[in-house]
Amino acid sequence: MNEYFSPIDFLVLKPVILLTLFGIGVMLTDLFLDQQHKYMNAVTALVGLAFAAVQLWLIQSEMAAQGVAQIEAFRGAVVLDRFAIYFSWIFLISSAIAILIAIRYLEIEQEHHGEHYAIMLFAAVGMMVLVMGMDLVTLFIALELMVLSVYILTGFLRRDRRSNEAALKYLLLGAFSSGILAYGMSLLYGMSGSTNLNVIADSLAARPAGDPLVLIAITAIAAGLFFKVGAVPFHQWLPDAYEGAPTSVTAFMSVGPKAASFAFLLRMFLVPLGSAREEWLPLLVGVSIATMTLGNLAAISQSNVKRLLAYSAISHAGYLLLGLVSGNETGMKGIAIYFLVYTFMNMGAFAVIVALRRRDLIGDEIDDMAGLMYKCPTAAVLMLIFLLSLAGIPPTAGFLGKYFIFLSLIETGHITLAVIAVLYVAVALYYYFRIVAVMFMREPVDQEKLSFSPGIRIALGVTAAMTILIGLYPEPFIQFAGSTVLSILR
Amino acid sequence: MQNAYFQNYIPVILMLLVVVALAGAMLALSWILGERKPSRAKLSAYECGIQPTGDARQRFSVKFYLVAMIFILFDVEVIFLFPWAVIYRELKWFGFVEMLLFILLVGAGFAYVWKKGALDWTNADTGDST
Repeated sequence: MNEYFSPIDFLVLKPVILLTLFGIGVMLTDLFLDQQHKYMNAVTALVGLAFAAVQLWLIQSEMAAQGVAQIEAFRGAVVLDRFAIYFSWIFLISSAIAILIAIRYLEIEQEHHGEHYAIMLFAAVGMMVLVMGMDLVTLFIALELMVLSVYILTGFLRRDRRSNEAALKYLLLGAFSSGILAYGMSLLYGMSGSTNLNVIADSLAARPAGDPLVLIAITAIAAGLFFKVGAVPFHQWLPDAYEGAPTSVTAFMSVGPKAASFAFLLRMFLVPLGSAREEWLPLLVGVSIATMTLGNLAAISQSNVKRLLAYSAISHAGYLLLGLVSGNETGMKGIAIYFLVYTFMNMGAFAVIVALRRRDLIGDEIDDMAGLMYKCPTAAVLMLIFLLSLAGIPPTAGFLGKYFIFLSLIETGHITLAVIAVLYVAVALYYYFRIVAVMFMREPVDQEKLSFSPGIRIALGVTAAMTILIGLYPEPFIQFAGSTVLSILR
Repeated sequence: MQNAYFQNYIPVILMLLVVVALAGAMLALSWILGERKPSRAKLSAYECGIQPTGDARQRFSVKFYLVAMIFILFDVEVIFLFPWAVIYRELKWFGFVEMLLFILLVGAGFAYVWKKGALDWTNADTGDST
């Protein structure tokens, strides 16, 4: 086209550009919609996601047909490899499910504004660029676009004290952690003179082992990234933010931004910091053990389901970090498949909580679930499936993610870590089954029927079907995940 | 190579030392030699020579913040036009199209802000246009 950009740049960014346009479109059309027709915003946003998905599919099949492993764009600032495509699918799916369950929830909360869907699309843009980025500046801007959107979504119930408190806590701590991350990035730039991750990787590999500057850079970057994925000791924001945020947003932020931050973490640790593996490995082992311990033990005493799932999300981050500890092909495959599975099972569990929300009942206390089996067997059985999957019981999909991660630990000789992780699964079973016990073995508090909106019906159907399908017939998903992560291992 | 890199900073450090010493000396000398005759007018806050009308520590309407925020946003975006205008001839059509896209995006934001009533001073604090 000219000396500045090439057509391939726009091809790579097409899904992202479409999402941005639809986001702006939602914002503008919302101005002309009255309160009865606000659901049209959700429809527009879903159409936008569908368009982006089609584009992504076209790019993916084109790449497969030509046998290209990755496309570089904007002079290497953005790289669309199979890893990025795989995670982009997770973001599109999680955004779509979050939008489906948000419609009804926001109506009940009387905060049904089109901005919610627009901001969700912008967050999806941030996430997709975050997994594609190969340049520190691009990555940082994408990360900020994602987290700023999530801050706003967390405080979306602007008349609700808890929502505001959660948003403020998340904003203050998040801004601080972004600062630490940016400091680590600046050190990387100072050491290599480039913002490109591959150049930084080469430059760092040439430095002597145990270089103090590298150690400081690793510590700062790890601190910033551990905050974003919610690993101990940077987890304090997570339970408050998850509890205070609107439930549909909690579902979204527990999957989409988390997967994006984790993909970013993988990219940073494997590409620029890959040569310093000896230095960050002990740190990572310590953090993952602490994360599993605190997440699982703190979840036991929670009385709020959203808070319980927040602590369980912390413990899941611990399991996922173990995949990076082993760092081999199985481990990466495990992380990739874990996130796909986690998307469906976690969003499904939150969708059930949203279905319980009524005008007079928040529905996020464990006691609110009492006797759900007698009141609405469908919701109870679905919740049971999601909880079994979260705990990692075989016929469900959750088993698969844990299986590959534990297998990779054994393959690389981290037997002790594998034993600790398996023991914590038993702890996890206990607190997940506290919810199950309340649902199945207690008398219902009231007889009011639950009503499922079409959006929640679709969301529950898709999540439950995929949770069981991936569990029963995992082969295609394993292959898909396995082929994608090879591109990130150098 | 490592040493040569840090040697680049020696002038900066020298400059820093001189600046701190000079500024410190000026302040210290005027504090030691200067004569002090405080009066009511001298001790009051300086507001462009006009007599202060009250304490500044009071609650402001949230409208000010909204307007200030919108002003900063659009101001920063408009600043982007200046370097563009300077090298407009070199950028040719590419620059024109890029700026057109940029202006359209800013325009979308402006339309949103306007329709939301954030520029409407009388009910800007409610945030609802309806």
